[in-house]
Amino acid sequence: MDQLLQHWVNGMVLGATYALLGIGLTLIFGIMRVVNFAHGELYTLGAYVAYGFVSLLQLDFFSSLLMAAAAGFLFGALVERLLLRGRDLGSIDEVMLIMIGVMIIMQNAELLLWGGVAKLVPSPFAQEPLVFGSVAVSPIRLFVLAAALVLLVAFYFLIERSRLGMSMRATFQDKDAAKIVGVSVSRIYTLTFALGSGLAAVTGALLSPLFVVNPTMGDLASLKAFAIVILGGLGNLAGAALGGFALAMIEEFGAGYVSTAYRDALGFLVILLVMIARPQGLFAAKERVG
Amino acid sequence: MRPSLRRLAFIACVVLLALLPLAWPDPYLLSVLASCGIFVVAAISLNLLLGYTGQLSLGHAAFFGIGAYTSALLSLGFDVDLGVGTLVVAPKPVWLAFCAGMAVAGLAGWLLGKLAFRVRGAYFVIVTVSFAQVMRMVALNWVDLTEGPMALNAIPSLTFWLPGRGVIELVSKAATYWLVLAVGVAAYLVVARLVGSRLGRAMIALRENETLARSIGIRVTHYLTLASVVSAAIAGAAGGLYAHTVRIIDPDVFLFIYTITMVIMVIAGGKGTLAGPVVGGLIFGLLPEALRGALAPELQWMLYGALMILIVVFLPKGIVPALAALARRGPVRTAHGTQTDAQAAAAGPAARPARTEEAAP
Repeated sequence: MDQLLQHWVNGMVLGATYALLGIGLTLIFGIMRVVNFAHGELYTLGAYVAYGFVSLLQLDFFSSLLMAAAAGFLFGALVERLLLRGRDLGSIDEVMLIMIGVMIIMQNAELLLWGGVAKLVPSPFAQEPLVFGSVAVSPIRLFVLAAALVLLVAFYFLIERSRLGMSMRATFQDKDAAKIVGVSVSRIYTLTFALGSGLAAVTGALLSPLFVVNPTMGDLASLKAFAIVILGGLGNLAGAALGGFALAMIEEFGAGYVSTAYRDALGFLVILLVMIARPQGLFAAKERVG
Repeated sequence: MRPSLRRLAFIACVVLLALLPLAWPDPYLLSVLASCGIFVVAAISLNLLLGYTGQLSLGHAAFFGIGAYTSALLSLGFDVDLGVGTLVVAPKPVWLAFCAGMAVAGLAGWLLGKLAFRVRGAYFVIVTVSFAQVMRMVALNWVDLTEGPMALNAIPSLTFWLPGRGVIELVSKAATYWLVLAVGVAAYLVVARLVGSRLGRAMIALRENETLARSIGIRVTHYLTLASVVSAAIAGAAGGLYAHTVRIIDPDVFLFIYTITMVIMVIAGGKGTLAGPVVGGLIFGLLPEALRGALAPELQWMLYGALMILIVVFLPKGIVPALAALARRGPVRTAHGTQTDAQAAAAGPAARPARTEEAAP
């Protein structure tokens, strides 16, 4: 029972960050119909920005989170402007290949810049875990959980309550109708891509003190983000959030009770099973556009 | 080009390639060409799915890896504890193992086809990517069977029976080169035959308009699955070739970058054309050798990534169709000239673009 609770807490921490990662990817797919293969590289970018600011420039971890978010946002906007603006996004395969090109370039640029050796980002908190009854959590994990939850709520309000969110939802539902009522769709596209990329980058930065930072970490992040998004149904924001928690729990309990070695394979088995049983995603709602 | 001419050009190319080791017996060149050829075979197989059925399969390295591992394991022999008892498999003849590798890869292609073709577009791509990833995890973690990251070593070479010489092992560079060439020609012919058949027309019909194809009674899923099986089996053959010529394999054969390499070869050469993956495969197979020393591997990969974007944006049909279009323009413009048409046809596709430049006013 104690172990169960411990796994649950670990799963929550991981799940909140997975949810952020998944939301960014599904937002971009839902609105633009772009399968962003570079999503994991944006995650890596965020982690390296955190490393650069914390370990090299001795900045504090919290400001470096902002820096990572800003870097991801700007980079995403740049990619959208340079490569996707004016493209026919209807040809999914073409755009996918372009994003794979971006992924290859980013990953190898990181390898070139930082070398293949994994980097460490020190935690800004004390190492001793906080003990609540039978459950122990390190302060940094607790902070990651809190920060991710705050971001999730903020994102919810941005989409549901703000004017920008309204324009995004309108574009999501019907791009042409949105244009007619005065939404600048190209601006929404840039902002969507930038926002999704910013979320990926801040997730990478948040998790950087928990794991080591290396240039190929984005591969797994991308694939996990795909699993999350498939679980929730492509383009379904709430589904991606739930999918993030679901995947984290599956991994955490799978690793705890079944096999640690196959921990990372579980997500992909989940994808395959979802494809067999419910290709539209577990939490398919009316929003689904895949 | 007329069919008879096309066939002649093909035979001439094969004969020239087959004579190469005699004219230029440089072991380094031959081994580079052989390893490049293995990827050409893989690209040919991917083209069947990507080019002819229009399904962007991004898990092709899985079939390559499955072929490689199956063939290697069967030829080495293995024992594995299945919980209910130990399964002991004695080493099998290499060619039998090679064929089994193709069969198992084809079976995997059938399974994935059954599963993945329930969905299209983005979902299909994600399923195929994940499939390769799961395979890599299995190869990494099932150490009992695959040796995991320690790799499978000392995989036997393929053999060949010659009258008077008996059974010889294909270990020399020239022998390896011929072997790869033979498999490559076989793969090319199988795909050419297939896309020229009723099956090929059905695949192209569903690539162009799936709803229409369905409405006139083409069993879309059936044909897609069939294409997936054949494509996977050929990729498995490429994997088997890799295993028995490089003679060491590790779980990295399942890496996404290998799939990407095949995809770049196909789209650069021209997806949906027979010559496309061969041309693209030769370019992107030999480029790393040409750039070795000049560019760090990371910079090379960045270059490939950039090339991939540029090709998709500016040359979406690929090199071969672009050259063919140039060639077609040539004879039309110079139709009033004497003999030009026949000359152009005789000169072959490679010589034509230059001709067009000259003829342009």
